[in-house]
Order: sequence, then C-alpha cells, then structure tokens
Amino acid sequence: MTTAFVSSPYVSPGRSLKRLMIDVIIGLIPGTLAYAWFFGPGILINIVFAVILAIAVEAAVLRLRQKPIKPHITDFSAVVAAWLFALCLPVHSPWWLIAVGIGFTMIAGKHLYGGLGFNPFNPAMVGYVVLLISFPREMTTWYLPIGIDGDVLGLFDSIAYLFGLVDIQQWDALTSATPLDRYKTGLGQNLTAIEIRQSPLFGIIGGIGWEWVAGGWLLGGLWLFFTRTIRWQIPVAVLASFGAISVVIYLNAPEATASPLFHLFSGGIMLCAFFIATDPVTAATTDHGRIYYGVLIGLLVYLIRGWGGYPDGVAFAVLLANMCVPLIDYYTQPRVYGDDA
Amino acid sequence: MNSIAMSNKITRDGLWRNNVALVQLLGLCPLLAVTSTAINGIGLGLATLITLVLSNTLVSLIRGFVRNEVRLPVFVLIIASIVTIIELLMRAYLYDLYLVLGIFIPLIVTNCAIIGRAEGFASKNSVGASALDGFMMGTGFLFVLALLGAMREIIGFGTLFSHADLMFGEAAKSFTIVFNDNYPGFLLAILPPGAFFGLAMLIVGKNLFDERLKKKAAVIDGLPDIV
Repeated sequence: MTTAFVSSPYVSPGRSLKRLMIDVIIGLIPGTLAYAWFFGPGILINIVFAVILAIAVEAAVLRLRQKPIKPHITDFSAVVAAWLFALCLPVHSPWWLIAVGIGFTMIAGKHLYGGLGFNPFNPAMVGYVVLLISFPREMTTWYLPIGIDGDVLGLFDSIAYLFGLVDIQQWDALTSATPLDRYKTGLGQNLTAIEIRQSPLFGIIGGIGWEWVAGGWLLGGLWLFFTRTIRWQIPVAVLASFGAISVVIYLNAPEATASPLFHLFSGGIMLCAFFIATDPVTAATTDHGRIYYGVLIGLLVYLIRGWGGYPDGVAFAVLLANMCVPLIDYYTQPRVYGDDA
Repeated sequence: MNSIAMSNKITRDGLWRNNVALVQLLGLCPLLAVTSTAINGIGLGLATLITLVLSNTLVSLIRGFVRNEVRLPVFVLIIASIVTIIELLMRAYLYDLYLVLGIFIPLIVTNCAIIGRAEGFASKNSVGASALDGFMMGTGFLFVLALLGAMREIIGFGTLFSHADLMFGEAAKSFTIVFNDNYPGFLLAILPPGAFFGLAMLIVGKNLFDERLKKKAAVIDGLPDIV
C-alpha cells in the first residue's frame, strides 16, 4: 500500500489570493471615493486606464513567459498594483505617463523578478519612483480640490486631457502646490508654521480634501484589519514611529515644523501604512521583523519629508525598507521550540 | 593553428564571442558612467581602443624580459604611461571632449579590460597577434559604448549625435539628429540606472541572437544529406 505524499503547508488558510486582493480593493474604495469627490473624477479615470493597461501588459508578459494567463489575471494582483500606482499620480496625467509607469510596474517591478511572489520591491512604488525621477515636471503638477477658488475638471474634460485632446492652458487656477509642498517651500523661506497655515489650502487638520482622503485610507485600513487581510504590526509600527518622531520634532520646534496630526493626515503616509507597506510579498515576514520594517518606513518618511529633496517620501521609504527585508528576516527568525540557540 | 585561423579567431573573439563589455563584463565603470550620449561613448571608446592596441603591443614586446614576479606592476606602469600620453593629447587637441569625459580618461588605467588583455593575451603571444587582439577587443568595446550611448541618448533626450562638434570640430554641429521637438525627455535613461537597464538589454539581445544562431545551425546539421 502506498500513501500519497502531501507536502506542507498542511493547514489551508481557507482564503484564496483572489479573495485577499478583493478585500484590499474593497478597502481602497472609501479613500478613492473621497479623492474623487474632492479632486474630480480624473483620479477614477486614471485608475481605470491604469488597471486596463496593467491587465493587458500582464497578459502579454505571461504569454511571452509561456505561463497560464487566466489564473494570473483573475487573482486581481495586477488590479491592486495598478490601482495603488494610479493613486500616487497627479489627478490629471497624460496617457503616456501612466503607460510608462505601468510598464515599469508590471515588467521591471514584477515579471523580471519572476512574477508575483518573487519581487523584492513593491511594483507600484517602482513604477512611481521611475516616473518621479524621470518626469519631475509632470509628476509635481498637482491640482486644486473643490472648495478653493479655482476649477476642478469634470469627467469628459479629464478624459480629453488624459489623451491630450485639450489644452490645459484654457483653464486658469487649476494647479497648486500640495499642502506638504507649501510647508516645504514656506519653511525654506523662513516663514513660521502659523504663517504657512494662512494659505487657503489648509483645512481642519491637514490640507482641504487631503485630510478626508487620508481618513478614507484609515477607514479602509481598519476594514483590512478586521477582515484579517493584514496583521496589525506593520500599520501600527509605521504610524507609531512616524507619529513619535513628528511629536518629538514638533515639541522641539513648534514654529518651524508642521503638527504631527497634519503630518499623519497629509501625503501618502496613511495609504502607505495600510496598503503599501503591508504588501505580503515585499514586507518582512516575521512578527518582530514586521515591526522593525514598519518603524524603518515611518522614520524614513519623516526624514525625507523634513530634510529630503522631495515633499513626501513614502515611495523611497518603502523601497529602501524593501531592500532591508532579507536582512530583517534573517535576524528575526523566531526560536524553534525546544532549540536552545 | 596557422596565422590566418588565429587572426580570424582573435577577430571573432574580440568583436563578438568574447566581447569585453557584453561577455566579459569588464570596464563597466566607464561604460556605465559616460555613455549618456553617443558622442561621449565614441570618445571614450576611441581612447580605450588606442590604449589597448598600444599596451598590448608594448607588453608583448617586453614579455621575454620581465620576470614573472614583477609583471603586474610593469604592466600597470606601461598602461599608465600610455593613458597619460593620451590624456595630454586630448587636452591639447580635443579640449571640450576632454572636459566632458573628465576623470574617466585617466581612469582608463584602471579599466580591467586593458590589464586583463595584457595579462591574459599579450604576455603570452606574439607582437602582431597582441596588437590585433588589442584592436579587436577595443573595437568591440567601442561598438558597445557607442550603441549604449546612442540608445540612452535617443530615449533620454530624443536626439542622436548631439555635441558631435566636441570631437569632429565645428563642421560636425549639423550631425545632430532631432527625432521629436516636443519630446519630454526620459531622465531615467540618462541617469545611472538607465545605463544598467541599457546594458542588460544589450546582453539580452546578444544572448537571444546567439541562441537563434545555434538553433539554426542545429536545424541545418539535422537535415538529411540530399547529395
């Protein structure tokens, strides 16, 4: 008699990759809706365009690699990567910008390393960083939210702009600095924090619009947490270390820094803490390691915001922490039960 | 091996099969650093080519007189002297190009490809074969530098042969080809990561081509003899 040999793992997690990705997509919805409410439907168009492109690129690469196409497309991992990538871009971007970014996300970030599960770097952040250092002008053109004197492009104008059919010059008062940008340039001109906050860009705690978007990520993040899609270690470590360093710096020099609450509800830190840093492939895999990994990201984001060349540093922080993951995992292996060492 | 077969082998090795940049992966530092435009690549490639020919010739000439224990310092001295001569000549006659290439001209001394050929080939072969080897290896290197520079320039700036006047004088200003006036530029191709991507693509291309050739050869070998 022979018994079939079954290899580990013996206990099934009971949830497929597809289900996991769908939960992440559900978690992204509140923040995305807030984004579209305040900054116009351009962001939704970016997301749809990026997702379609990502699926097309994924299918083409899978075909080239002679892998089955359908199971890889329908696990929705490409959708999540493209969605996160699109959220990092300015609300209105030309189509070629998104195409180049998706190309790097899917090909260089994911498939050159061997596909999902083998990539050391977060693919969406790879695509975003390539664009950020290659096209500084396009990537730093940010648009005004509603509620401030100025225009917000509607659905058809957004589509027309995406494909270069309209000249953006016909609207005035469309673009502006982001609140984080304003802080960076303001502090560079020796303005005090109070003077900077006089700008109409600022809302209750963060920038107008941005604070609600960040709140949306927080809400979606809690959903991920309660559906056990993500573990608590990484988001808590990112937000706690980021909050801690911003409190320390703020108490030291309240005139010359933004408040910790402003920092938490501005830029990409909320999205990063719940959706980007928690990517199961590129994050640390041990419980202790996840905390070190999160702390590293939180500190790096603050350092880049405070003293780096860019107003926000989420993408660079995540990529730098991704690089450290093998080391973190190596030194945080849990002790095997019964083993003395 | 007779001399014609030998020189054929040297030529094939230098240009393709054992290409310094694509197969041996030597001299990557200048290769990656200066190939942001085609003209920069050609400039450094020519300087390296001349160095390789001269150093291979000289090393081969003295190979009977140098004791094995001190051969490497002697090789380095020879190479450094040649590079210094070239640097001074460039400073005299191609000053603008010299300014662009900067530190990478004196750094040719440390190019592993040159000491590698001196140690691996010239110190064991006749003067003629060594000079030919230096010329072919240098040409292979120049070819990759120029190609990589052209690729990065086209993708990064949307132009080709810009600043040709640095090397060929005022008349060469018209060499520049502009593909698209409204090209936004792709900074990544000009920055160091672009060099790594570009070189990787070239290596992929070479390996693919070789594999095709091998398959074709296998098919031809496998055909039944009709005659």
